[in-house]
Amino acid sequence: MKILVPVKRVVDYNVKVRVKTDGSGIETSGVKMSMNPFDEIAVEEAVRLKEKGVATEIVAVSMGVPQCAETIRTALAMGADRGILVETDADLQPLAVAKLLKAIADQEKPQIIILGKQAIDDDMSATGQMLAALLGWSQGTFASKVAVEGESLTVTREVDGGLETVSLTLPAIITTDLRLNEPRYASLPNIMKARKKPIANMKPADLGVDTTPRLTVLKVEEPPKRKAGQKVGSVAELVSKLKTEAKVI
Amino acid sequence: MTSLVLLEFDDSGIKQPSRSAVAAAQALGEVHALVAGANVSAAAEKAAKLPGVSKVLVADNPALNHLLAEPTAALLVAMAPAYSHILAATTAVGKNVLPRVAALLDVQPISDIAAVVDADTFVRPIYAGNGMATVKSSDSKKVITVRAASFDPVAADGGNSPTEPVSVGDLPGLSKFVSAELSKSERPELTAARVVISGGRGMQNGENFKLIDPIADKLGAAVGASRAAVDAGFVPNEYQVGQTGKIVAPELYVAVGISGAIQHLAGMKDSKVIVAINKDEEAPIFQVADYGLVADLFTALPELAAELERS
Repeated sequence: MKILVPVKRVVDYNVKVRVKTDGSGIETSGVKMSMNPFDEIAVEEAVRLKEKGVATEIVAVSMGVPQCAETIRTALAMGADRGILVETDADLQPLAVAKLLKAIADQEKPQIIILGKQAIDDDMSATGQMLAALLGWSQGTFASKVAVEGESLTVTREVDGGLETVSLTLPAIITTDLRLNEPRYASLPNIMKARKKPIANMKPADLGVDTTPRLTVLKVEEPPKRKAGQKVGSVAELVSKLKTEAKVI
Repeated sequence: MTSLVLLEFDDSGIKQPSRSAVAAAQALGEVHALVAGANVSAAAEKAAKLPGVSKVLVADNPALNHLLAEPTAALLVAMAPAYSHILAATTAVGKNVLPRVAALLDVQPISDIAAVVDADTFVRPIYAGNGMATVKSSDSKKVITVRAASFDPVAADGGNSPTEPVSVGDLPGLSKFVSAELSKSERPELTAARVVISGGRGMQNGENFKLIDPIADKLGAAVGASRAAVDAGFVPNEYQVGQTGKIVAPELYVAVGISGAIQHLAGMKDSKVIVAINKDEEAPIFQVADYGLVADLFTALPELAAELERS
């Protein structure tokens, strides 16, 4: 079976992001970019399914500026077999990404598509569910455990009160939560090997998708800053202040 | 202009995040509420008591049990023509179902709104809340999840709206519910609690979380955790507060042994009063704390329990 893994290039999770002074967005120039951490978990899960003999081929897809090819290379170094880059300078919102991925899925015919549950830049948490809808597939979101059994897929999901297990008919979408696995670091030989793996290049128009954004960002502001607090010297002082000053206990 | 809010409920009634979603919808005009599931007449009665809801629609069907994404989304899509806005709370259910609805309607969803500006314009956090984006939608219909911590929930009681059954057509059976392991706790839910006490990596193991129990008991608090504590297996996933876990904004948030990574702050920095207890005085958590106590939590927690007991 073939597995498709979409990977997004985002500002590295360790970077302290800054709002641009003109309020037009977040400063991303000269900032370290990496694969979205949840997508790393998605790649890792696909590679593990291949190592178990469940998957036969893993295709990593990324969309956006030409440098997204680097994100695909990371996936290839982790164990994906080939890549597809949909190159565009346009702002791609989840609906457009889901439509592009549907067009690719129609060509590639994977049985499973594994995505991160959320990108840490726009925090939308939408693309996987939207892709499942457009394909008419089942979805197992926020997965912490995945097992393939014949034509069905058992997914344990992290939900608000604990865990929920669902059984999905294949083909299906999985979105990854933090506890699904711990992604591997690519070894140097695998990074070298990844350079030789193919990446196909296409444009949104090749896939017949209109990517016009539906949301316009009017402005981006800094969140309200919290006022500087005070240090207390003892537990007794803390309790006293919470009672008499903050009045919360 | 009428909005439809997908409600979540349990035996005790309509969940607080859903009541916050109703509050957000009220800012847009008339509000209808949807109660969907199997054998939901008790929940429908509770929903009819929500102030500010003018009609409760009831979809009672075994296929809607557990609000699985595929059938629930199909139901909402069938109901969508009558509504300008479709909303749910940003919960595991809301996040699972609403983007699916949006895609089927050819709409870009607006996730996790923190404010309503007008019928087309909303404020939502990006980059773990390090930016607040004001976005305007050009879609004729809006599909929205609501950050519960940003909207005061409507009361559970006080309204009296009519209920009306919804005819449920063919629903897709692409997935099956197998089982749920939900933690049973006498404590309030994290997203609804007035006080939250969270432990981090500094707790060292799950056993040590028991040091928090007497304090949580005394304050009627929910217990949470940082991602580090959950990843290390100290406590289960549903304890996680942060960018990718639960977002809380209680009256009092006590962070114990939590250094204060950006991703954790994203989940709690809108709390009214923040207390940090950490032995590392350089820990970033102190930059957002109203009251900081530099101390070893293994002495501070028992002291705090005793102090609260005494007073």
